[in-house]
Amino acid sequence: MQGETAIIGNGDSVLAFKAGGVDAYPAGDAAKARELLRKLAKTYKVVFITEDLAAELDDLISRMNEQPYPVIVPIPSENGASGYAGQKLIRHMERALGVDILFNKEER
Amino acid sequence: MSRLNVNPTRMELKRLKGRLATAIRGHKLLKDKSDEMIRRFSVLIKENKRLRDEVEKELSGCLKQFAFASGVSSRAALEKAFSMPSVKLDVKYSTDNVMSVEVPKITVNGTIGGDMPYAFAEITSEADYSVKKISEVIVKMMKLAEVEKTVAMLAAEIERNKRRVNALEHVMIPQLEETISYIRSKLDENERAATTRLMKVKTMIADRNA
Repeated sequence: MQGETAIIGNGDSVLAFKAGGVDAYPAGDAAKARELLRKLAKTYKVVFITEDLAAELDDLISRMNEQPYPVIVPIPSENGASGYAGQKLIRHMERALGVDILFNKEER
Repeated sequence: MSRLNVNPTRMELKRLKGRLATAIRGHKLLKDKSDEMIRRFSVLIKENKRLRDEVEKELSGCLKQFAFASGVSSRAALEKAFSMPSVKLDVKYSTDNVMSVEVPKITVNGTIGGDMPYAFAEITSEADYSVKKISEVIVKMMKLAEVEKTVAMLAAEIERNKRRVNALEHVMIPQLEETISYIRSKLDENERAATTRLMKVKTMIADRNA
């Protein structure tokens, strides 16, 4: 059944999301994920993608920031967060404000 | 400073004055827009950080749990057990307008269902926990999706807007001012030249008549 949310991830962990009503698409490597994301972006509204894959598809994801949909969201894989999403957050913040207002207090 | 390449005429002066007034007005408006966008952005990015931390914490926990479950059962069994969704999200996708930036608005109206998608005999109980948790966390993930996209789009728009403000402030307005003062001085000079010419002619005529 065609839903409106999908997830791309490596390994079996994405299967768990099927239970949440999310269509799961396993992708072994970045090339496969790139192809999948390009295809899914046309039909789905929200696509979750595990961080390790998202980091490699950064250019494609950034390009999709021009329209409201589809929304591509990096999520941590079963190995935990890699910090890609946090990095991205800092990048947006520096782009817009020129300064880091979230993390600077936590580091020393 | 560079000045525009125009003829120093009164008409040109009038036209440039109009353009300067528009540029100044536009600069003020864009600056206000930029300020407001930055204010909204700083609120949103804090929200984004909070949501992301929560989602990451909850998700990595339940994915780890799921990894255990998938270790115990075979891949085929897993795939079979999870082929039907237990929860269907009732979500509305629309767009919102934040300072004339089209951003996604995702409203979760609630979830339909909520049982396990499989028979308990089929699969290990480790999976139960992660399934339940994911059904909960998915709502938060949709919210995160909305906020994160909004932040990304706002950041891009703020940057673009900043460029416009700077272009007006540091290029357009000085250029116009420079050109206007150039035309004005040129016109004044013409006028003085005309006056002295007239005075000269007058004295010449007076000398001849005398």
